[in-house]
Amino acid sequence: MQLKKSIFALVVSLLFIQSASFASSSEEGNPGTDLKAEIKQDIQHHLMDAHDFHLFSDKETGAHYGFPLPVILWDNGLQVFMSSKFHHGESVAEVNGNYYVVNHGKIYKTDESGTLEFDESHHALNEKPFDFSITKNVFSIIVISLFIFWIFSSMAKSYKNDLAPTGAAKFLEPLVIFVRDEIARPNIGEKHYRKYMSYLLTVFFFIWIVNLFGLTPLGINITGNIAVTFALAILTFIITQATAKGEYWKHIFWMPGVPVPMKFVLAPIELLGVFIKPFALMIRLFANISAGHIVLMSLIGLLFVFNNWFARGAFLGLTFFLSMIELLVAFLQAYIFTMLTALYFGSAVAEHEEHH
Amino acid sequence: MEKLVEQFSVGLFFWHTLLFLGLMFLLRKFAWKPILNSVTEREESIREALNSAEKAKAELVALESKNDELLKEARLERDAMLKAARETREKIVSEAKGLAKTEGDKMIAQAREAIENEKAAALEELKSQVSSLAIQVAEKVLRKELGDAKRQNELVSTLTEEINFN
Repeated sequence: MQLKKSIFALVVSLLFIQSASFASSSEEGNPGTDLKAEIKQDIQHHLMDAHDFHLFSDKETGAHYGFPLPVILWDNGLQVFMSSKFHHGESVAEVNGNYYVVNHGKIYKTDESGTLEFDESHHALNEKPFDFSITKNVFSIIVISLFIFWIFSSMAKSYKNDLAPTGAAKFLEPLVIFVRDEIARPNIGEKHYRKYMSYLLTVFFFIWIVNLFGLTPLGINITGNIAVTFALAILTFIITQATAKGEYWKHIFWMPGVPVPMKFVLAPIELLGVFIKPFALMIRLFANISAGHIVLMSLIGLLFVFNNWFARGAFLGLTFFLSMIELLVAFLQAYIFTMLTALYFGSAVAEHEEHH
Repeated sequence: MEKLVEQFSVGLFFWHTLLFLGLMFLLRKFAWKPILNSVTEREESIREALNSAEKAKAELVALESKNDELLKEARLERDAMLKAARETREKIVSEAKGLAKTEGDKMIAQAREAIENEKAAALEELKSQVSSLAIQVAEKVLRKELGDAKRQNELVSTLTEEINFN
């Protein structure tokens, strides 16, 4: 009950604060194409990573609220400076005689006046230095990782005094057991599941908690970023291949139980499948979370496009309903990612005695 | 797709991989291992407790049946003892009765004999006293009527012959 209440409070605050950020940005705007374009731009901006932690801004006065983050570039040596030098992408940053400018979330090398050359499809042609900045997403991952570590290490400590779960363990233990008994054991098998538990538990709770943070008014979008889901999928891929047994490779290159010509046909398909599986993992998580963010933000945006209390009420209700759905999706996507990962691990260590 | 590739941030990929792996190794050491160990330990202790409870229950049942058996045996023994006691009592009583009867009979017979004897003695005495009384009476009468002692004795003996005491 407590939990339900706090989730409710979270969703309500999400609605109001995000609404407030739109309200401040559209007060003077005449409802019409300007506002729609602005909302679209805001959504685009939200989906992308940023070099500073931006909470909300007042477009009337041009004031931004948030805090800068460190920018780390590799451009003939390490260049480190705070993102405040960009003045929210509005000015050229000068560091050790190099000039940098931000365009669509990317840092480009430029000259003193910030010239950018574009090709016909509006892609900047300037040189891009290697960007290892502590961006908004990196910063959020650090904070959330610390949070996860704090929660679970304190949970582990709580068992030292009493084997029965207490405090946070009461709520989290069923989830840990769920991952072990419903995801790992049936898919990997009793014999091998133990060595994968650390990865499965970490990936499950990481995705779930990050998804939940994505629903807060902080406006962070980590699992809706392709680089993050790519990193997670590639880890699944590497662990699968690294721990695979002979049977796994045999099933890919020389499928047992089928005629020889079929073996030649199946081999490339199976090999392709090896790469498609993690690719699907990456796209699924990315697409689900970004879609959720786009839909929610569009609905909140629509509250300001319609100058009609009935429509606004309806959209508020719809936004609330979809926020609830997103809470479910946050869990579901974590579950699906972990479940499929476990399935791939299971195929890597399967012994296939029962078939053939 | 092209947009995705263009938006792909190597820096974020790098940091995320690093942070995620770091988180995983830290959690493995400080969270997952102790948590899973405690959970397994608890599950085992629960299983053990259940097993021992089951065992204790079975033992209790065995004990109960043993108790029942003992009780049954005790009851049988008691019954046998009671029966034996009853028999003994009856025997003793009947023996005592027999003994008392013979003793009584004997005593009655003795008493009867004694009574007979006494009665005979008494009769004898009565006879002698009556005879002496009669003699005295007769003497007194005869003294007056008969002076002669010899005549008197003849008379007495004929008289006593005539008197029948039955």
